[in-house]
Amino acid sequence: MSRVNRFVKNVYDNRIWLLMILPGFIWLIVMKYIPMFGQIIAFKNFRFHPDGFFASVFHSEWVGFENFKFLFSTNDAFVITRNTLLYNILFIIVGLILSVAVAIILSEITKQKLAKIYQTGMLFPHFLSWVVVSYFVFAFLSVDKGLFNSVLGFFNIEPVSWYNEPQYWPYFITVISQWKGVGFSSIVYLAAIVGIDRTHYEAAMIDGANKWQQIRHVTIPMIMPLIVILTILNIGSIFSADFGLFYQIPRDSGPLYSVTNVIDTYVYRGLMTMGDIGMSTAAGLYQATVGFILILITNYIVRKIDEDNALF
Amino acid sequence: METSTNVTTSYQKEADKKLTKKKTYNPYGFSGKTSIFMHLLLGTFAFLCIFPFLYVIIISLSNEQSLAENGYQLIPEQWSFEAYKYLWEMKAQVVRAYGVTILVTVLGTFISVTVIALYAYAISRKQFIFRKQFTFIAFFTMLFSGGMVPFYIVMTQFLDLKNSMWALILPMAVNAFYIIIMRTFFLRSVPEAILESARIDGAGEWRIFLTIVLPLSVPGIATIALFNTLAYWNDWFNALLFIDDPNLIPLQSLLMRIENNMDFIKQNAMLSNQNSSILESIPQDSARMAMVVIATLPIALSYPFFQKYFIKGLTIGGVKD
Repeated sequence: MSRVNRFVKNVYDNRIWLLMILPGFIWLIVMKYIPMFGQIIAFKNFRFHPDGFFASVFHSEWVGFENFKFLFSTNDAFVITRNTLLYNILFIIVGLILSVAVAIILSEITKQKLAKIYQTGMLFPHFLSWVVVSYFVFAFLSVDKGLFNSVLGFFNIEPVSWYNEPQYWPYFITVISQWKGVGFSSIVYLAAIVGIDRTHYEAAMIDGANKWQQIRHVTIPMIMPLIVILTILNIGSIFSADFGLFYQIPRDSGPLYSVTNVIDTYVYRGLMTMGDIGMSTAAGLYQATVGFILILITNYIVRKIDEDNALF
Repeated sequence: METSTNVTTSYQKEADKKLTKKKTYNPYGFSGKTSIFMHLLLGTFAFLCIFPFLYVIIISLSNEQSLAENGYQLIPEQWSFEAYKYLWEMKAQVVRAYGVTILVTVLGTFISVTVIALYAYAISRKQFIFRKQFTFIAFFTMLFSGGMVPFYIVMTQFLDLKNSMWALILPMAVNAFYIIIMRTFFLRSVPEAILESARIDGAGEWRIFLTIVLPLSVPGIATIALFNTLAYWNDWFNALLFIDDPNLIPLQSLLMRIENNMDFIKQNAMLSNQNSSILESIPQDSARMAMVVIATLPIALSYPFFQKYFIKGLTIGGVKD
């Protein structure tokens, strides 16, 4: 049987499975792979062509790395990269400490009902959209009516125009991101802690360990593999930021851009506000490429440590 | 991550008794003072997670005048339902937004779960000769993305979906991560033996899928459906990019548009609202917060129900293959 014939036979034999994957496959091609092909726009001077998407891409003039040169000549490229990286590093560290701490404390609470109540409360922010959370934040930070300025006024301190003062916002953003995320990320750690064999603790107790020593010498070492893997995987996506957090919470306030503009918001603003397709695509490709390399590297590291837990 | 079973032999019970007789520390909790401190810590954090929502509810029930004079108080000088009354007058736009959100969420979740389950099932079958290829095709999208700009151009130029409901449904319909989760689920929860015997009995693959596999996979499907429902309900990004027709604005997008003032609701409600006995002074602040409450209430009410399955789904799905 020739190769083509064999291929056709395979297709026919597997027609049911191929039918099943068809909707998803079409979706993946159109919504994921064609845009991947569209990244090529970063190397072109994109002009809309009436004949449609592919015509536009093909008819646009090739400009090589022009868009990238322009992008990296601006101060913006440095600012958005710095912001994205620093915030993510901060989130990884603070998030790890808080999630593990919360998980450990939850696991040690004797009254199950109370633990469930705490967890329900802590998980609630995860179910809210960033738009809703931005209203919450506004209730606190509103210049004339917010709680913060009311409290300041109570102490006869001048009100602060929070949405115009960049210096506070790294703290705000970090606190808010943890407020929304810790409840959720502690779940995985909690599941791992609950799965630790009790006899380890009993052995520790026989050796005279108190609660803190038990945590330090049993709990944490036992979940260390999970911590390492999750942290490394988080590092793999260190180049992308949560668009909602950085766009909705600061309410798109210009004076705050120096501390709230991340690569994702920069691409969005470049596209929608400035209509600069070439440069924003270049920024997006920059992000996707670095992210891709990072994921490959971090996954390789994870695979060296614990093969089961690597992504691939 | 297996939980240990609590099977104690009589020998162990003896040993336990000896342990507890001694002055040892209870392995299942903190000592008194620390315990109180821990409860305070977690309790405070849990309260802080809920407090902003309560605060917003209170603001929405405040009299607009007292808001103007005193700001957003924890205990308003004067309570009032005027914000909700106002929104009731303006309800055309609000109801419209609710309708869009519900339709998009229901339709989107159904489409999403169907497409994902089919794809995942096919690539979980050993008989599918191309399964490695299609697994890779799905998985690769988790590593490298096309970026926001090409995505936007494809949606608007290639698919011409600006101001279409499909612009709200399609982008979130498929997700490689969910495909992988479902595939793991199908591999685990459906024993090949049952399928084999069904095949021997002459059942076709579709029938096997619908009558045997699906019922066995309800937990996995429910988990994906839950994640999807939450994602669709809370989505504002796709509306931001693709929708400006007032009739297609979902709830979250509506919230975005009234962030600075109520003009959007006012203008679009007036179009269909003949009743002009609208309150003269629009309760701007309280009405906006009331809108937030209205948009969030379904989640807040159904949330306890969600939470149980959510956590279960996370911990099951989290166990990687």
